[in-house]
Amino acid sequence: MAKPSVEDLTPAAGNGLLHRRLFLKRGAAGLGVGALGLLTASPARATPPWMRTPGRPMTSYGAPSGHEDDVRRLVAAVPGTDGCGISMTPLQSLEGTITPNALHFERHHSGVPDIDPDAHRLLVHGLVKRPLFFDMEALSRYPMVSRIQFLECSGNSSRAGLDPEPLAGTCASLHGLVSCSEWTGVPLSVVLDEAGVDPAAHWMLAEGADAAAVTRSVPLAKAMDDALLALYQNGERLRPENGYPVRLFLPGYEGNMSIKWLRRIKLTERPSMTRGETARYTDLLPDGRSLMFTFPMEVKSVITSPSPGLALSGPGLYQISGMAWSGLGRITRVQVSADAGATWAEAALSEPVLAKSVTRFRAAWRWNGAPAVLMSRALDDTGAVQPTRAAIIAEKGTNFVYHYNGIQAWRVGGDGQVTNIYA
Amino acid sequence: MRSLAALLAVIVGGAVAATEGPGLGIEADPHVVAAWDTDVGPDGAGLPPGSGTALEGATVYARHCLACHGTDGTGGVNDVLAGGHGSLDGPDPLKTIGSFWPFAPTLFDYLRRAMPYLTPRSLSDDEVYALTAYLLFLNGIIGAEQPMDARSLADVRMPNRDNFIPAHPAMRGERSRSQVPE
Repeated sequence: MAKPSVEDLTPAAGNGLLHRRLFLKRGAAGLGVGALGLLTASPARATPPWMRTPGRPMTSYGAPSGHEDDVRRLVAAVPGTDGCGISMTPLQSLEGTITPNALHFERHHSGVPDIDPDAHRLLVHGLVKRPLFFDMEALSRYPMVSRIQFLECSGNSSRAGLDPEPLAGTCASLHGLVSCSEWTGVPLSVVLDEAGVDPAAHWMLAEGADAAAVTRSVPLAKAMDDALLALYQNGERLRPENGYPVRLFLPGYEGNMSIKWLRRIKLTERPSMTRGETARYTDLLPDGRSLMFTFPMEVKSVITSPSPGLALSGPGLYQISGMAWSGLGRITRVQVSADAGATWAEAALSEPVLAKSVTRFRAAWRWNGAPAVLMSRALDDTGAVQPTRAAIIAEKGTNFVYHYNGIQAWRVGGDGQVTNIYA
Repeated sequence: MRSLAALLAVIVGGAVAATEGPGLGIEADPHVVAAWDTDVGPDGAGLPPGSGTALEGATVYARHCLACHGTDGTGGVNDVLAGGHGSLDGPDPLKTIGSFWPFAPTLFDYLRRAMPYLTPRSLSDDEVYALTAYLLFLNGIIGAEQPMDARSLADVRMPNRDNFIPAHPAMRGERSRSQVPE
C-alpha cells in the first residue's frame, strides 16, 4: 500500500479534514482497517488453526460469519403486539450501498403475513376499461426492470432531530429506517396499460394483504412514471417482511406508500383519504394545521463511521464514511465538517451514484485527539441542500414527526467515544 | 413478435415508457370485484347497508377494544382515541379521532379493514357502524342515540376537517375545485 503523499495530506477544511483526492486516487482501501483501530491484540500467526484442518462443508443457503452475530436489526414492537412496529437496519455495521435482505428495515402495521404465492392475486380495477386479476406466475412473465434504490420510512430520524434533548443511540436506533436494495419487477405502467386507464383516473389506491390491509393513495402520474411491481430484492424473491410475493415500490417516496403484499390497485378520480394519509402520515405544523401528501423523502446524509458505538482508538488518520440519498434525484455533492459546520470539505462519492438511491461518501480526517464535532451535508441534482436542524425546526416546529432530514452532528470525545449531539 | 420486440426494448433500454406486456391478466367478474372493493371514500362512497348507535357500540368496544385503548378511548397500551381537542397547536399535541381525523367515513373503513387488532374482519357491518358511532360519541361529535349509517356517517363533519394542507402538486386542482373531496 502506497503511503499518502504530503500533497494529499494538506487540509481541505478545519480540524484535520483532508483533501478527497486521497480517495479518488487510491480508493478507500488506502485508509482502511489500521486507521479504524480494528487491529486487536491477537498475534499475527504464520499458521493459524483454520489452516490446519479442512473447513466446514458447503451450505444450501448461506449465513454470515458467527463472528458477526452482533450485526442485527434493532427490533421495537408496539406494546401489546409482536408484529406491529419497526426493526432498524444496523447502518453503523454496514458499508457500500446495498442493504443485505436479512437486515432491511421493517415497518409493519399488523405483523408479517405468511402468503401462499399460488393463492395470491393482484386485482387491478376501478377507472379502467377491463378489471384484471394477475397471479404471480403471470406477473413473472412480464418484462422486468432492475433498479438500485432506497426505501425510507417517513418517520426515520425523527427522534434524532426532534426530541427535546439529544437521544443516546446508534446509527441504527437514530437513522436505521432506511435501506437500499436492487429491486426487480414489472413496471406498474405496463400492467395499468393492459387494464386500460380511464382518462378520468388521476389517483390509485393500493392495498396490502396483511391483517391491517394497509392502503395508500398514489398519484397516477407516479404510478405511470417509475412505480414497480417488485418481485425480487437483491436477486432473490422478496423476503416476507418486504412484501412477498409482490410489493409496490415507489422510488423516492415515503416507505409506507410502497404497499407490501400488494393485492389490489384501484384507479380513482381523487385520493381515497385513508387513515394512513390523513390520521397517520401527515406532518403537524406549529399552527395546528397539517401537511398531507408529503410524498418524497428529501435529501439527507449521515456519517456511519465514526458513529456511536464505533470509538476511535487514538489520534491519527481516519476514514469518515457515510451514506447520502434523496428521493428527488441524484446526490451531486456531500460535504463533511470536523468543526461543527464552521468549515466544510468535499467528500469523495463512490460510484455508482444513482438517482433515488444511496450514495456512499468518504472523507479523510486526521484526528488530533481533541474533542471534535463531525457533520455531513448532502446536495442533490434538484439543487436541494440538506438543511440544518435549526432551519427545519424554525420552519416546521418539533411536532411534525415525518420527513425529518436535518444535518446529524456526532461529537467525538477526547476518549474517542462518539455521541449524538445537537450542534 | 410485436410484444417480444417491446419486451426486448425494455430489457435493453431500461426505459419504462411505451412498453407492452404479454397480456396475461384475467378479466375479473364484476361480482368478484365487488367483494374485493371494500374501501370507503371520504364522501362515504362504498359504505355498506347497516347501522348502529353509540349505545350499541359501547358493548362492542368493551368486548373488543377496551383492553388496548382503555376506558372510553382514553388510551391503554395503544392509541388514545378520544380527547385532545384544541391541543394540536400546543407543545404536546394529542392526535385522536376527534382532534385529528378529517373524515368520519375513514373511521369505518379503517375499523372494518384492520380492527380489532387480533381479529380483524370479524365484526359485522352493523357492529362497525356501532363502534364508529361510539368513537364519534366519545369525542363529542354525535349523540349517544344518533344512528350511524351510510348516509348519516357521510354527513358527519369532523372538527379538524379543514386543517390539512395538500402538499403534492396533484392536489392543486382539488383545492381549486373546492376543498379536498367533499
